[in-house]
Amino acid sequence: MGRLNVPPLTALRVGESALLVECGSAGRVQAVYDAARGLLDDGRARDVVPAATTVLLDGVAEPAALAEAVATWSLPEATGPTGELVELVVTYDGPDLDDVARAWDCSREDVATVHAGIEHVVAFCGFAPGFAYCRGLPEQLSVPRLPSPRSRVPAGSLAVADSWTAVYPTDSPGGWRLIGTAAVGTVGRLWDPGADPPALLVPGTRVRFRAG
Amino acid sequence: MPAEQTRFLDVVDPGALATVQDLGRVGLAHLGVPRSGALDEPAHRLANRLVGNPEDRATVEVTLSGATFRLDRAATVAVTGAWCPVHTGPGPGSGSGTGSGTGSGRRALPWGTAVTLTAGAVLELGPAEGGLRCHLAVAGGVAVPPVLGSRSTDLLSGLGPAPLRAGDRLPLGSVQGAPRSVEATAATRPAHELRILLGPRADWFDPLAVAGLHGSSYAVSSDSNRVGLRLEGPALRRRVRRELPSEGIVLGAVQVPPNGQPVVLLADHPTTGGYPVVGVVASADLPGCAQLRPGDRVTLLLA
Repeated sequence: MGRLNVPPLTALRVGESALLVECGSAGRVQAVYDAARGLLDDGRARDVVPAATTVLLDGVAEPAALAEAVATWSLPEATGPTGELVELVVTYDGPDLDDVARAWDCSREDVATVHAGIEHVVAFCGFAPGFAYCRGLPEQLSVPRLPSPRSRVPAGSLAVADSWTAVYPTDSPGGWRLIGTAAVGTVGRLWDPGADPPALLVPGTRVRFRAG
Repeated sequence: MPAEQTRFLDVVDPGALATVQDLGRVGLAHLGVPRSGALDEPAHRLANRLVGNPEDRATVEVTLSGATFRLDRAATVAVTGAWCPVHTGPGPGSGSGTGSGTGSGRRALPWGTAVTLTAGAVLELGPAEGGLRCHLAVAGGVAVPPVLGSRSTDLLSGLGPAPLRAGDRLPLGSVQGAPRSVEATAATRPAHELRILLGPRADWFDPLAVAGLHGSSYAVSSDSNRVGLRLEGPALRRRVRRELPSEGIVLGAVQVPPNGQPVVLLADHPTTGGYPVVGVVASADLPGCAQLRPGDRVTLLLA
C-alpha cells in the first residue's frame, strides 16, 4: 500500500547490469539499503552499495524489470538507526584539532565534548576497505577538507570532513582533518580480513566516540 | 605425511609487473572492498581451461615486458591474453651464455596451448605483442592463501599477495583435470573502439560535449593501470557545477574528473567516487581495454 508524502524512487540505468537508486535523503538511503539487501538472497543483485544519497544495485540479472519494481517501492525514511551500537575509545589530540576548534569557534575541549556527545551512524563505506563514512555532525559544523591531502595518515586517526566522521582503518593518503587517535587495539578491530564481516563499522552501525 | 608434496612456481624475473589474479572479490563493495581480479577475464578463464583447471583458479597476469619463471616439478602450463613469444630452457646457470640461446636447450613453445614442462624447466614469457597483458596458468592453479575469498592482488587497497618479486615461490594447487590442448585460442585484441552506454550522470555534462563523444578519438595515457584506463583527448565540459556526493561505481564506469579527461575504471577501482560517471563501457569491450597500451588510440562510440 502506498503512503502519502513519499516521493517515488528513481532508478537510473548504469551500464548493462546495474541501477543507481536516487534516494533524496540520508534517512531514505538507509531504508532503501535495508530493503535492497533482500535482492542479494535470491540472486537478483550481486552487490548493494549505499552511498551519500544513492544506493547502487550491481550485478543485476534483469535491470529493466528491477528498475520498474524499484519505482513502486514505498519506503519512507527510516524512523531511526537500528544497527548495532559500537563504542570507540579515542583521544582528541589530532594535529588539526585547533583548525576545527577555530572553525567551530570554540575550544579544543569543546570540540571533544560536542563530537563525543553525538551518536553517529555509518552511512556507507568507501575510499578503502573498512573506511566508514559516519553521519552525525550537523551541517553547521561542516569543516572543509585540507587544501592538499597528506601523503600518509596513520591507521587509527579520527578525522572529519564536511559533516562526516571516520577512523582511518589502514595507513593511507588522506585529506580529512585529523582530530584524534583511536585507542590501542582499535585498528585491528576496524579492519580484519580474517573476520566475518571483515569491517567493524558496516552500513547502519551506530557509533559513539568516548574520550578515554 | 601429506599425500602429495607441494609444487611451486618460482619467480625468476617478474618483469615490469606481474600479479596473481583470479575472478576477484565480489559481494563486498558495501564494505569498501574493490572487486579486483583478472582484467582480461576471458583470457584468464581460457588459460585455466587449457591446463584443465576450474576457471576460478588463480593465474599470473604478466604486464608488457614479459616475465621468467621456473617450475620445481613437472607441470602443464598455458599462456593466453596478449600474444607473446614463449620459450623454455633448462634453467639459469646451465649454458645460457652467449648467442641467441640455440644449442643451450632453449626452445620456443607454442602460445595459447597447454604444454607440459619437466621439473626444473625455466619458462620465459617475452614482451607482449599487439597487447599489454598475458595470463599464465599452471595446472593446479596458484594456491597462495586467499584473502576474502580471492587470491587476486588489489593494487588500490593492497589486499591479496604483493606484486611478484624475483625469488617468490608460489605454491600450486592439486591438479584436477586433464589439459585440453584442442581448444582454438586467439589473442585478445586491444579495443580500438569502446562502446559507451550513457548514464547515470550524462546529464551533468554539456549535451553537445556528450553527443560529441561519439566518434571522438582519445589516446591511452601512460598513467593507466589496473585501477583505471586514463584517456587523453577532447575535454568533457560539465554543465552541473556543484559537487557530486560520493556514489557507488561499477566496472567499466567512465568517470570524469574536473580536468574533463575520462577515466575508464578497471578491476581495482574504488567502490565509491565523487566524480560524475558519464557512461559505462560495454562489458564485451572490457577485455580489450585490458590490452590497450600507453599511446594507443581509441574511438568512443555511443551505444
